[in-house]
Amino acid sequence: MQANLFFGLSLVWASARSWLPVLPVIIPLFTASLIAALSRLLSQRAALALSLIAAFFTASASLSLARISLANPIVYWFGGWSAQGGKTLGISFAIDPIGAGLAAFASTLTFAALLFSARYFDTARNYFYGLVLSFLAGMCGFALTADMFNLFVFFELMSAAAFALCGQKTEDPSSLQGSLNFAVTNTIGAYSVLTGIGLLYARTSALNMAQMGETLAHGPRDRLVLAAFAFIICGYLIKAAVVPFHFWLADAHAVAPTPICVLFSGVMVELGLYAVARIYWAVFHPALHPLLPRLRLLFLTIGVATAILAGIMCYLQRNLKRLLAFSTISHMGLMTIGIGLFTAEGLAGTVLYALGHGLIKAALFLAAGIVLHRLQTVDEIELYGRGRETRWAAAIFLLGAAGLAGVPPSGLSLGSNLIHSSAREIGFEWQKWVSFFAAAITAAAVFRASARVFFGWGAPAGTQRQRTSKSEAKTETEAGHHHTPVWMWAPAIVLISSGLLLGTLPGLARGALTAAARFEDSAGYAAHVLAGVPLQTPVPNTGIAGDAWFGILVLLAAIAFSGLHLLSKGFQPPRKPAVRPLMFLQRLHSGHVGDYVAFLTLGIGAFGAACIFLVH
Amino acid sequence: MTKAARKILFLISALLLACVFWLGYSQMPPAGFVPSTYGDRVNQIVVPQRHITDAVTAVNFDIRGFDTLGEEFILFTSVMGVVLLMRWRKEPIRGDHEDKAEDRRVPPPSDAVRVASVLLVPATVLFGVYMVTHGQLTPGGGFQGGVILATAPLLLYLAGTFGQFHQVAPLRMVAFAEAAGAATYIFIGGACLALGGSFLQNLLPLGQIGSLTSGGIVPLIDLGVGLEVCGGIVLALLAFLEELVEEKEE
Amino acid sequence: MNFLPYLVSAWLFLIGLYGVVTSRNLVHLCICVGVIQSSSYVLLLAIGYRIGRPAPIFIDIKPGTPAVDPVVQALMLTDIVVEVTVMALLLALAVQIHKRNGTLDPNQLHAIKG
Repeated sequence: MQANLFFGLSLVWASARSWLPVLPVIIPLFTASLIAALSRLLSQRAALALSLIAAFFTASASLSLARISLANPIVYWFGGWSAQGGKTLGISFAIDPIGAGLAAFASTLTFAALLFSARYFDTARNYFYGLVLSFLAGMCGFALTADMFNLFVFFELMSAAAFALCGQKTEDPSSLQGSLNFAVTNTIGAYSVLTGIGLLYARTSALNMAQMGETLAHGPRDRLVLAAFAFIICGYLIKAAVVPFHFWLADAHAVAPTPICVLFSGVMVELGLYAVARIYWAVFHPALHPLLPRLRLLFLTIGVATAILAGIMCYLQRNLKRLLAFSTISHMGLMTIGIGLFTAEGLAGTVLYALGHGLIKAALFLAAGIVLHRLQTVDEIELYGRGRETRWAAAIFLLGAAGLAGVPPSGLSLGSNLIHSSAREIGFEWQKWVSFFAAAITAAAVFRASARVFFGWGAPAGTQRQRTSKSEAKTETEAGHHHTPVWMWAPAIVLISSGLLLGTLPGLARGALTAAARFEDSAGYAAHVLAGVPLQTPVPNTGIAGDAWFGILVLLAAIAFSGLHLLSKGFQPPRKPAVRPLMFLQRLHSGHVGDYVAFLTLGIGAFGAACIFLVH
Repeated sequence: MTKAARKILFLISALLLACVFWLGYSQMPPAGFVPSTYGDRVNQIVVPQRHITDAVTAVNFDIRGFDTLGEEFILFTSVMGVVLLMRWRKEPIRGDHEDKAEDRRVPPPSDAVRVASVLLVPATVLFGVYMVTHGQLTPGGGFQGGVILATAPLLLYLAGTFGQFHQVAPLRMVAFAEAAGAATYIFIGGACLALGGSFLQNLLPLGQIGSLTSGGIVPLIDLGVGLEVCGGIVLALLAFLEELVEEKEE
Repeated sequence: MNFLPYLVSAWLFLIGLYGVVTSRNLVHLCICVGVIQSSSYVLLLAIGYRIGRPAPIFIDIKPGTPAVDPVVQALMLTDIVVEVTVMALLLALAVQIHKRNGTLDPNQLHAIKG
C-alpha cells in the first residue's frame, strides 16, 4: 500500500513538467476566487491564512521551476497547441531562471507583505486578500510567459489589481488622486503597448515572441519595426517609471498602504524593465542588432537622466514614503543603464541589483510602516525626534541606507560591480560616477531622515519652509499603537538581512551570468521555443572580482553629505542661485494628471523620434 | 504648470508623436490587404479539428484560452476593486429613494418606463442565454452573453421595483456566482491537466458540428464565463448604484 | 483610402491624449482614456479585415473558405473587457474623489505635490 502511494507520488513528480509551470499563476488565482466565493463565511484570519499558504506554495513552485530551468528553459504550451514547423498557434510559457526567479521573488515579497499586514491594518475586508493574490498571479504570469499578447494580459491583470490596491485608504482624499494618476498613466502605457503589438502583428502575423523575432530577422528593418519598438518599449518603461514617465510612482507610493508599497517598489517596477529586456532580446535583437551602439546610447541617456533627476528629488522630500519612492526611481535609472549596456554582465548585474534593491527597499517600507503604526505620520518634519522608541525601525533604516549605498556584500554591490565592469569594457567608464552620485544621494536622504526622526539631529520643526506635500498618512491605522508586534518587525529584519548578505550566496553571480547569457541568446531561444533544440550558449568566463572599496566610498560620501547638511542650519533650502532650478523641478511634480500625461506624450514622441531618426 | 504651459508642451509632443505615427504607419500594407497567415491557418483548422463554427470563439476559448482566463480574472479583480472602493450602506433601500433636497419627492418612474422595462426582461434573459450557449456556433460567447444577462436586473432597477430587484440580485448570491464562475474556468483547465493533457487542452468529445454540445470544453467554459461576467457586472452595478449593504459581522 | 483606418487610429490616440491633458472634469478624463483605447481597436480591426471576404463564421458558409482574420477579433474582445474593467475602476475613483473633495476638476485637486 505504501509502495503504491510512493510509486504514485513519484509518477506525479516525474510528470512535474506537465503541471508545475502553470502553478505560479493558478495557485494565487484559484485562492483569490476561493476567498471571494467564501468571503461571507471566512473570518479575516482565515482569509489571511489562505493567502499566506497560497503565497508560500507559489514561491516554492517558482523556485522549483527556477532550478529545473537552469539547464534549459522550460517551454509549456497551453491547450496542447504546440509549435509546428516553426509556426505557433497557441500560447506558451518559456520559463528561465531569471523569469522564475522574479516570480519567486514576487511571491516572497507578497508573503512578507501579507505577514506584515496581519497586524498592521485594523480592519481589512476579505476582498483585499483576493486583490493581493490577483496581483501576485499577474506578476508571476508576466515573468513566465513567452507570448506578446499574453504578456499584455498579465500586465493588465497586475495593473488592475495595483490600481485597486493603491486606492484602498478611501478616507484619505489624496489617496484617490494618487491612484487616479497611477491608473491613467499606466493605462495609456498599456494601450501604447497594444498599438505596438498591432503593428508587429501586421508585419509578422504572429504573437509568440520567438516567432516574431525570427520573422522580423528575415524581413526589412524599416520604420514600422522601429515605431513598433518605440511604442512597446515606452509602454513598459512607463511601468518601470523612468524619466519622463516617472511621475506616477511617487504619488502612488505616497498614498498606497505600506504593505502594497513593498510590492510596488520591490518587484512591480522591476518587472517593467524585465519586459523591456525580454522583448528586446527575443523579438527585436535579430532584426535590430546592427543598431546596437546607438540603442545603447539611447538607453544610457534615459538611465542617466532618471538616476540623477530622481536622486535630487529624493533628497528634497519630507514624506518618508515619497523619499523612498524617488530613491526607487533613481535606482531604476541605474538598472536601466545596466540593461541598456546590452551585455550579459550588464543584464546579470541588473538582475542581482534588482534582487538586492527589492529586498532592501521592501524592508525600508516595512520600517516606514512600523513608524506609521506607532506614530501616526511619515512626515520627517513632524516626526522630528519622536522615533526614539521605535528601535527596530531605526535599525532597519540605518542598515537600509547602508544597503542602498551598496556596501559589500549586499546585492546592490554585487550587481553594480558587474555593471561597472561591463560598462568599462565597452568604453563607458563614466557610468561609475553616475552610479556613485545616485547611490550616495539616495543613501544620504535615508541617513538624514533617520537622523532627524530617530536621533533628533538637526534643527527642530518650525524652522523650515517646505514646498513638498505634507504626509496625509494618518488613516492607514486608526490610532497610534504602543508596541510593534513581532509580525511586523520580523519580516523586515529577515528582508534586510537577506538584502545585505545576498553577495555571500555562493554561485549566485555565476548562475546569474549563465542565465543572462542564455537570456540574450536570441537564436538559441527561438530554436528552443519553436523546435525544442536545447540551448548551447557558451558560458561567459569573466571574473567577478569586486570593487569592495566602491560601496564603502559611497557610504562614506552619503554619511558625510547628510551629516554636513544636518549640522549646518538644519533643513533649510540651499543658497539662492541653486534654489531656483530645484524649486522648478519640484513644481513640475504637481500631482496634476494632465501634466503627467503631457510629459508622457513628450516621452513617447521623443523616444519614437529618436528611434526612427537617429537609429535608422 | 499653468494651463497654457501644459498645452504648449503637449502640442509640441503631439507633433513629435504624430510624426512617429506617420512615419511608422506609412510602411504598413494598405488596410484590407494585410496578409495574415495566423488567421488563415486558424480558419482552416477550426472546423475539422475542433468542430467549432465560430472561429473567433475558438481562438478565444480554445487556441488562446489562457489569455481569456487572464482576461476573466482581470474582470474579477476590477469588480473586487470597485466593491472595495465604493460606499457600503447599513440597510438596503426598500421603498423609494430619497432625494437630497428634503422638500422634494423623487418622482416615480413613468409608466412607460416600467412597462417597457418589465416587458424587456424576459426577452433580455432569453437573448442572453442564447448568446452564452451558442458561442461556439454563431457570433457570441460567454462575455457578450454575460453582459446581456446582467442588464436584466438593471431593467428591474430602472422600473423601480426594488423589492424584486433585491430578490433577483441579492448581493450574496451575485458575489458567490461571480467567484464560482471564475473558479470554474480554473477547474476545467485543471481537469484537463488531471486527464493527462496540458492545461486547458480540449479533451472532451467534440460532438457534431453545429450542435449545442460541439466544441468539447468550449460550451462549458462559455457557461462559466457567462456566469462570472453576469455576476461581476451586476456586482459592479450594485456598487455604483449604492446598493452594497454592510453585513452585520462575518 | 486604404490608409484611412490607420489615420483614424492615430488621430483618436492623439485627440484622446489631448482630452486627458486639457480635461477639466474627471469623468470627461475617463472617457478620453476610453477614446485612446478605441484607437487600438480601430488599428486591430483594420489589420484584420480582408476586402471581399466574409466573416469567419462557418455555420452558413463552407468551412475552409477564406475569411477575415479571427485572431484579431479575439484580441479585440479581450481588449474590450480590459477597457470596461479599467473604466469601472477609474470611474469608481472619480466618484470617490468627488465625494471627498466636492469637485471633479483636476485643476482644483491639490492634495499631492512635489
